[in-house]
Amino acid sequence: MNKKDLSLLVLILVVGTVVALINPRFLYVGNLSNTANQIGLFGIFSIAQAFIIIIGGIELSVGSVIALLGVLFIDLIVNHDVNWVVALALIIAAGLAIGLVHGTLVTRMRIQAFVVTLCGLLIYRGAARYYTEDATAGFGFGASFPTLEWLAAGRTNVLGFPLPHSVVALAVVAVIAWVVLHRSVFGRYLFAVGKNEEAARYSGIRTNRVIVSAYVICGGLTAFSAILIAMYTRSISPAVHGSFYELYAIAAAVLGGCSLRGGEGSIIGVVLGTVLLQVLQNLVNLLGIPSSLNFAVMGTVILLGVLGDQYLVQRRQRVGVAKRGEQTSVAAAPLERVKAE
Amino acid sequence: MPEPFLELVDISKSYPGVVALDHVGLQVSPGEVIALIGENGAGKSTLMRVLGGVVEPSGGVIRVDGAARSSLTVADAIKAGIAFVHQELNLFDNLDVAGNVFIGREPVHGGPLRLIDRKRMYADVAPLLERMGCDFAADAPLAELSLAQRQLVEIMKALSLDARLVIMDEPTSSLTLAETDRLMRTVAGLKAHGVSIIFITHRLNEVMQCADRAVVLRDGRVVGALTRAELSPAAMIRLMIGRDLKSLYVPPAAPPGDSVLEIVDAVTDTYPGRAVSLSVRRGEILGLAGLVGSGRTELARAVFGIDRLRGGAIRLDGEPIRIESPRAAIEQGIYLVPEDRKGAGLLLDVSITENISLPDLASYMRFWLVDTARENENAACQRERLKIRAPDVKTAVGSLSGGNQQKVVLAKWLSMQPKVLIVDEPTRGVDVGAKQEIYGMLRRLTDAGVAILMISSDMEEVIGVSDRLAVMHEGAISGFLDRSQFSEHNVLQLAVGHTIAAEAP
Ligand SMILES: Nc1ncnc2c1ncn2[C@@H]1O[C@H](COP(=O)(O)OP(=O)(O)OP(=O)(O)O)[C@@H](O)[C@H]1O
Ligand SMILES: [Mg+2]
Repeated sequence: MNKKDLSLLVLILVVGTVVALINPRFLYVGNLSNTANQIGLFGIFSIAQAFIIIIGGIELSVGSVIALLGVLFIDLIVNHDVNWVVALALIIAAGLAIGLVHGTLVTRMRIQAFVVTLCGLLIYRGAARYYTEDATAGFGFGASFPTLEWLAAGRTNVLGFPLPHSVVALAVVAVIAWVVLHRSVFGRYLFAVGKNEEAARYSGIRTNRVIVSAYVICGGLTAFSAILIAMYTRSISPAVHGSFYELYAIAAAVLGGCSLRGGEGSIIGVVLGTVLLQVLQNLVNLLGIPSSLNFAVMGTVILLGVLGDQYLVQRRQRVGVAKRGEQTSVAAAPLERVKAE
Repeated sequence: MPEPFLELVDISKSYPGVVALDHVGLQVSPGEVIALIGENGAGKSTLMRVLGGVVEPSGGVIRVDGAARSSLTVADAIKAGIAFVHQELNLFDNLDVAGNVFIGREPVHGGPLRLIDRKRMYADVAPLLERMGCDFAADAPLAELSLAQRQLVEIMKALSLDARLVIMDEPTSSLTLAETDRLMRTVAGLKAHGVSIIFITHRLNEVMQCADRAVVLRDGRVVGALTRAELSPAAMIRLMIGRDLKSLYVPPAAPPGDSVLEIVDAVTDTYPGRAVSLSVRRGEILGLAGLVGSGRTELARAVFGIDRLRGGAIRLDGEPIRIESPRAAIEQGIYLVPEDRKGAGLLLDVSITENISLPDLASYMRFWLVDTARENENAACQRERLKIRAPDVKTAVGSLSGGNQQKVVLAKWLSMQPKVLIVDEPTRGVDVGAKQEIYGMLRRLTDAGVAILMISSDMEEVIGVSDRLAVMHEGAISGFLDRSQFSEHNVLQLAVGHTIAAEAP
């Protein structure tokens, strides 16, 4: 855990304590369990987003993909009687395919990621609405998939706490992503490509392949979270389902220390960023703040968080320069050097 | 000598784990040319950054025209008439020459509209262009200028600010011989106008050519100063590294073997109408000389798979091979140490360790994960071998001095097992002692059977280190030279496209 993650954790604890003091219902088991569920659902596609941001790209179509794949998943199992295991595999495959297309457009056709995924955002949303003729897709009365429902949206009692399975899923995804990003050779390649694609290419890294892989991973994880979210909401109105989710993901990643310039980020940070966003969401509900202010509150806190972080970095630098020979963070030194050049 | 107008007294600067400057003193009088020399990481750039107002010293006094202060800001420095021509030029590609000279100070007209008065701008630049003897116009887009010409633009910018002192940090490290000559003439011209110059260089013949005195730094301290009369390469080297150096050339242990890398009629995009053929033999260093822009880097890029070849073939050990990506080249055992270390060679805010292991990560892999212990071990060993000056191998390469960054780029490739090593300007910005070290290493590689193609614009290096020379001119080889034919004259003749009398095949 680096310093940034630590300060984010402190921020979460402070916000949590304040909310709990004002409204003790924050700490009710039911409320905590529901918040945890939200964290599980949002965390997975935020991690997906982090993979893209780390290579210096951006993925704006997350929300639309969640809507389209959610609709398709429900349609497959409800209307076409496809076995849910098969349906799950098909949907994940579709997510991977979307990632492959995005990655290929970005690398081979040299279109900017922002543009590719912005088009994706529009196309998938439109496709979802057209496919359902703008009607809500959902499970009819009586339709039931007990195993799937239990797996995806159930809760297991752990020491008296109803632990949502989405949290378990997030934990598994986060651990794997952490190992991949921070310990594996492939992770090194991802960071290297994000930092300096040219230098990575000169080092013999197949940069295009690395970039496409990142989009494919992102697509797969997003598809996975689309299924969990569909099973949780149980009904999907394609016009609004998942809208703005890409922004939640980007916000979580940025809060968690990812730089939109690429080459920086930590999985722990992204998870903590998701936690903070959901606690804030909860804060708005519990403190009786008009829910129309929801986004405004989140935007303000993100801005403050980033400003505070910037302030700390600069202060650390000044202190480091003033005190002879004192060890400062590795990241601070080159910053100064770059400015000096 | 007139009174000094600028005085540095006891200037110190420390960074975490490094004392970059340790009570350094320096005086500058009008119209004198001071060469600042020293090993990589000696503190030369840091000292100049203090003067330019970009680095705040941790101690000491700066006296400008008698007024003492503890540090300068960039604005103070400009007001005091100190102009800093940065190693990485601070120019705008999308503006023309005049626009760059007057950036931020454009003459305006049109009242509140504050339109740029282009006429006056061009009129103001014209005399500067003439004074510098520039061969480009005031409205030439910067993007079309060569590196040397861009440097002149930077200097003009300094002069338009009425600079009394122009600081140049390794101005010649990426210039060709002819361009260096012209810069030396510019320096002499400035001196004649009473402008003082401090320049940092690792090329001692430039110091001999134009410096009034040389100040030598070592480990952040001034270890000596040489007056014009005392200047000699040997004296400078002794002060810089504290010992004498042997001659550059070390003959190979065994005569060269068969051709390893053969380039047959290779055509690159820059010179579509011209083909290059050459071959590098096992155990030799083939120098590739030529003017900047003669197509040497493009050839290297194509052989390494960065660009596609337009035509021709590449053979390795006699077998034709296809190289479509750097990965493929590396798999075949062909490595390239690129020219542009910041853009293509390094990840600046990443540690030395991770930079060194990057091309060879697969070999540090255990169950898909990186074996960081072994990685660090190897980096530490490379750091020892190349004498990379850094607090430890976890240091971000961006905070190293220029020459030490270059050593990290070399270290990336030297820890692997090449068949063919292409080095493009391998010692740019590297000090004399470390150069020797690097040449020694190249020789050890060839003695172990590696074929080396060394692209270099440093005449001393091409002539002093190569076993054989190929000279390029405008995208084609204009001739080969054997050691017996090596001379500055012959290389230059070929580089400008002439032929020489007894040319070897
Ligand atoms: N921003 C920084 N942070 C940490 N260390 C620094 C920074 N800038 C310089 N240093 C250290 O200070 C020392 C002096 O560096 P400097 O760049 O002045 O060397 P130099 O004499 O210009 O060397 P070169 O010939 O290689 O350019 C080096 O050890 C370098 O690593
Ligand atoms: Mg320097």
